[in-house]
Amino acid sequence: MTTREIRYLEAVREAMIQEMEQDETIFLIGEDIGAYGGAFQVTHGMMEKFGPERILDTPITEMGITGAAVGSAMLSMRPIAEIMFMDFVTLASEQLVNQAAKIRFMFGGNATVPMVLRTPAGSGVGGSAQHSQSLENWFVHIPGLKVVMPSTPYDAKGLLIASIRDDNPVVYVEHKLLYKMKGAVPEESYTIPLGSADVKREGRDLTIVATSIMVKRSLDAAEQLAAEGIEVEVIDPRTLKPLDTETIIQSVIKSGRLLIVHEAAKTGGFGSEICSVIAESEAFGYLDAPIVRLAGRDIPIPYNRNLEYHAVPQVEDIVEKACDLVKARI
Amino acid sequence: MKLTKKLAKNLLKKMCLIRAFEEQADKSYMEGKVHGTIHVSIGQEASSVGSISALNPDDYILSTHRGHGHSLAKGADPKLMMAELFGKEAGYCHGRGGSMHIADIAGGNLGANGVVGGGNPMAVGVGLAIKMRKQNQVVLCFFGDGAFANGAFHESMQLVVRFELPVIYICENNQYAMSFPTGDEKTSEQLAESGEYYGMPGIAVDGNDVLAVRKVVQEAVDRARTGDGPSLIITDTYRRKAHSRSDRDAYRDKKEVKEWEAKDPILRFKKLVTDDDLLTEEEIDNIAQQANTSVEEARLFAEEAPEPALETIEDGVYAP
Repeated sequence: MTTREIRYLEAVREAMIQEMEQDETIFLIGEDIGAYGGAFQVTHGMMEKFGPERILDTPITEMGITGAAVGSAMLSMRPIAEIMFMDFVTLASEQLVNQAAKIRFMFGGNATVPMVLRTPAGSGVGGSAQHSQSLENWFVHIPGLKVVMPSTPYDAKGLLIASIRDDNPVVYVEHKLLYKMKGAVPEESYTIPLGSADVKREGRDLTIVATSIMVKRSLDAAEQLAAEGIEVEVIDPRTLKPLDTETIIQSVIKSGRLLIVHEAAKTGGFGSEICSVIAESEAFGYLDAPIVRLAGRDIPIPYNRNLEYHAVPQVEDIVEKACDLVKARI
Repeated sequence: MKLTKKLAKNLLKKMCLIRAFEEQADKSYMEGKVHGTIHVSIGQEASSVGSISALNPDDYILSTHRGHGHSLAKGADPKLMMAELFGKEAGYCHGRGGSMHIADIAGGNLGANGVVGGGNPMAVGVGLAIKMRKQNQVVLCFFGDGAFANGAFHESMQLVVRFELPVIYICENNQYAMSFPTGDEKTSEQLAESGEYYGMPGIAVDGNDVLAVRKVVQEAVDRARTGDGPSLIITDTYRRKAHSRSDRDAYRDKKEVKEWEAKDPILRFKKLVTDDDLLTEEEIDNIAQQANTSVEEARLFAEEAPEPALETIEDGVYAP
């Protein structure tokens, strides 16, 4: 494989282009994804490459876009719908939650909906309350949907190709702050199976389970902690549903301590699910300290730069919690 | 369009089948055999049958919560439909969907829908898939006057025009969105005028006249098939029964119901075909009798069919 450094958004784009080149049933539909190139330039150049027959620029119609994906997927197309900000999935959710997620089951297995809904979540760019949310856990709660959340360019490409080829509706959650992150990505096409976590760093003292941008922050924190002699294991589930519970359980058995880090608001967030997985597993008996969740505060994302920064976990918060946790005892 | 004896028979057969099916479904519900709720389409048979008679077998429909008529008109097997209402494994959805989610994918019925306006955005996708594959099919998307008020309708209308899709939106204006009197607020002609705003033909038609419905839908289907894009059709009709089984029907005048009974689509069509000497009284009676027989067979099939096995409860959520 030929590998080179590209950005996360280029990895997302490359996955779509390579898949579209080999499968004519794949098309993109969304707002400003044509000449504009998408609000974050993810689809830049794709209109020139594939034309308006496969890059469908729409008016502001999130429910319509999602419904177009659902209906075409029922006829065995493989649509990729882009929702400009994850906050706007609220407007698309009727089609996603009531239709896409349920069609296969409620029609007795006689129809499938192979679609991907791509959308950027997350704060950190001054988007304030209506352009910064991380709503992934809503969709984790819906039987029939899969939820994917890549944290690196390599994972972004492999997971998106797997999502496109999957025969179920997949919510693929990108992060605005990760779009410019560079990383090694093979030029060739490859898939990462949905439901496989990745150990991003090995360590024996503490397990951190982190998602999306928090994987990067946890790795930065782990570097600082290593200087103080604390060896942290960082696990990225990569897909929240299906969830690779085994990798997490085995890591907690090894380390005896678990810190969960995510950006979404703490109450009812994905951290609660990870806690429950451990509480219900054999790893529970190996815990040397209570599980700690470090998550977004239970507030809408504020506009002010300093308030926004402190609304969600940062590297120093992770370092502090990790230091406390390695000293903690049950 | 000449009304042949064969066509007259087919239209009457379908309408009688729907009427008989709905009456039996209602009865079975009252006997406690049908779980949950049902929405029967008695009085709206001409709208379903007239519209769908303009389709080829490989065309698609998207239906509504009041969808038994659409499904039967599209060629569904009454046995598998009744079994679905009874929640049986032999039903179209193996008892997982029930009345509001009957889908006969192989027969081109992409599903009833429990959400008002839920099918409208999906029709955009069906139209896109047809167009992208350069297939010569169309999709009829049924919805009710209730859906006219919601956002799904508005968004979908814009998209089918933008992409020039072979989609025909058929609003069955049965005058009431549950208890809300759409019919008092807007006439079918006024609803049809909105088509022009979106950039497509909008036509109101007497929804209890099966031939009139067939004619306007046929014209819309021809336009869609030849690449002339979508249409909006309003079939002006009436929901004779209550909205659902929870409805005490306290919001409308009994006199109004009686007036619409006099405009019964099946009685009207029977009168037309006898006046024109197309069908004899005996032929008409035979058709009605056949409908009753096949619905009775469907009931027996549904009653005797086995329940879904409990160990299959989690099957089918995800495709492998």
